[in-house]
Amino acid sequence: MTDAAANAPILPRTTSLYELDARTVRRNRSEKRFRLYGLAAVMLGILALILLLVSILSNGASSFRQTYLTIPVTLSAERLDPSGNRDPAEMARVTTFGYLPVIAQSLIDFVAAEGIETDLNPQQFAGMISGEAPAQVRQRVLNNPDLVGQTVQLQVLVGGRIDGFFKGRVSMSSAARDSNVSPEQLLLAQALADNGAMVTRFNWRFVTAPDASDNRPEAAGLGVAIIGSVYMMLVVLFLALPIGVAASIYLEEFAPKNRLTDVIEVNISNLAAVPSIVFGILGLAIFINFAGLPQSAPIVGGLVLTLMTLPTIIIATRASLRAVPPSIRAAALGLGASKMQSVFHHVLPLAAPGILTGTIIGLAQALGETAPLLLIGMVAFVREYPAAPLEGFFDPASALPVQVYNWTQRSDPAFVERASGAIIVLLVFLIFMNAMAVMLRRRFERRW
Amino acid sequence: MNDMRVVERDVDINELKMKARDVDVFYGDIHAIKNVDVDIEDKTVTAFIGPSGCGKSTFLRCLNRMNDTIDICRVTGTITLDNEDIYDPKVDPVQLRAKVGMVFQKPNPFPKSIYDNVAYGPRIHGLSSNKADLDQIVERSLRRAALWNEAKDRLNEPGTGLSGGQQQRLCIARAVATNPEVLLMDEPCSALDPIATAQVEELIDELRSQYSVVIVTHSMQQAARVSQKTAFFHLGELVEFGETGHIFTNPDDPRTESYITGRIG
Repeated sequence: MTDAAANAPILPRTTSLYELDARTVRRNRSEKRFRLYGLAAVMLGILALILLLVSILSNGASSFRQTYLTIPVTLSAERLDPSGNRDPAEMARVTTFGYLPVIAQSLIDFVAAEGIETDLNPQQFAGMISGEAPAQVRQRVLNNPDLVGQTVQLQVLVGGRIDGFFKGRVSMSSAARDSNVSPEQLLLAQALADNGAMVTRFNWRFVTAPDASDNRPEAAGLGVAIIGSVYMMLVVLFLALPIGVAASIYLEEFAPKNRLTDVIEVNISNLAAVPSIVFGILGLAIFINFAGLPQSAPIVGGLVLTLMTLPTIIIATRASLRAVPPSIRAAALGLGASKMQSVFHHVLPLAAPGILTGTIIGLAQALGETAPLLLIGMVAFVREYPAAPLEGFFDPASALPVQVYNWTQRSDPAFVERASGAIIVLLVFLIFMNAMAVMLRRRFERRW
Repeated sequence: MNDMRVVERDVDINELKMKARDVDVFYGDIHAIKNVDVDIEDKTVTAFIGPSGCGKSTFLRCLNRMNDTIDICRVTGTITLDNEDIYDPKVDPVQLRAKVGMVFQKPNPFPKSIYDNVAYGPRIHGLSSNKADLDQIVERSLRRAALWNEAKDRLNEPGTGLSGGQQQRLCIARAVATNPEVLLMDEPCSALDPIATAQVEELIDELRSQYSVVIVTHSMQQAARVSQKTAFFHLGELVEFGETGHIFTNPDDPRTESYITGRIG
């Protein structure tokens, strides 16, 4: 025993290691509580996500299926080509209203031939067929006038209510209260389905066809919206990536650190927080009213979204440039590389995964953006496909999120399904882009 | 007056490579280096020793203008390389750094292949006209850095996959590949184990035959082993500069003696 040990104050012997003292018990309890809070928060988030996905999928999955009627249609010559010379220009005078009775009559004949009993009047027969069907048949006949006078096997869209019957949206009891459809029509539809003439099958038209008017939900598709969104993403990618990366490299590597760059830096961060609708007003004022670009055009949407995405890309790029160890820059400079060589040969390749990730996240954000597009006219009803790039950038188009917004506002309940279906398409695009971001990061990530 | 003396010395010591006169360095308001004069001879190893924070690394970084990359750093006085002022406005630091290479404290190979690490300098300076030339430069540099035997079969593997000592030798190979005239080494062995340190020291001794080497070190034993000239820095001042043997056995200044006997620092 040394003196120091002898002089030390004599402490009471602590309790056994096997018994927890009060402090430890309290500490452990609070730690456990904290973990439970965390777990509960995560669970709540997952639950919300699952609910969202389930509701969207259960509402929207049916939009990828559509009911079609396949019957022999007699394209009577006296109705469709009164002049009789098969001149498409003259035949075009017969509007879609002239075609509907032709199809309806073919359906009546088909039902009679198949021996299905029904007491519907011709108008009710016509009511079972989609308003889109005559337009499609007319287009087909005008493209091939020789069809007139023949009987051809045609596949036509059925009305939204009949389609809804096969998807469970419309029932006999709801039809009784509905002025658009009667239980007798549903009975006939059921008979036709049993017969095999009416089938519900996978519906490519939902992703390829353009939008349709309020009373033809069965014909509405996302074609124009998808093209519009893709065009806008191309504009954003080709503008925001180079501008954003160049700006970040300049600010991070070359700019002198002074008051001016501080002000710029703060303002870039502020821009990221500006509500997106403000960018829409800006786009309306500058690109449409001042620069005279067309309304509803993907080029304008792309420019507005570029402005919105730039801060995101700049912030992500600067963060990944800053994450490159300074020793790499020093090594390059020490070898006699110029500042630019050190940045482009060493720093930029190392920062590339982060830049790509930031860009893709920025793009994904832009893809889902609705508010600014409403202000520049992308909410318009567009049935014409835009042309191929670059010309197509100036044609009117819609965009996926705007299409969702548009459809949720329509009165026909069939649009609920369409809107959810459009959300599914949008989510698929977003998941694809995020997966790409993760993949690129994994692929190009280098360690040092 | 002072200049006259410099010219005189320049004449009688023919091998003088770099010359620093009245060098002061400021980091913002901090006076980091105070009025330092040092002569660096050709084909000689010059060691800078001194306690941490004494300014030896700062001074080393003045010799190839690496301090230019720090915004708040200001250097006054004259430093010449072959009688040309390296701080002259006409001098491009990029060109200077090709002549005055640098090896850093922490091995910092590029995250590229061993070959590309060594070939980078020659490539950006256009030292080779074709692939065969470049191959030769890479081999010669790796041999000079005593890494060829270990690396020749894995030239395409990443340089970051080597061990610490090998990485540092790779960095030396990378620095000598550009054919510098002066090689600055900032504590090249501080991150290495004794065996790797011994290899690097051996290497420094060999490099002396072709280059003028300046090494900053914390280890007085290392300075004694590898250098011919030693400069002792203390609190930003150059306390003593002379033959290594002289400094270590018979220092003129009491502070030097205190440091090498372990009383300060």
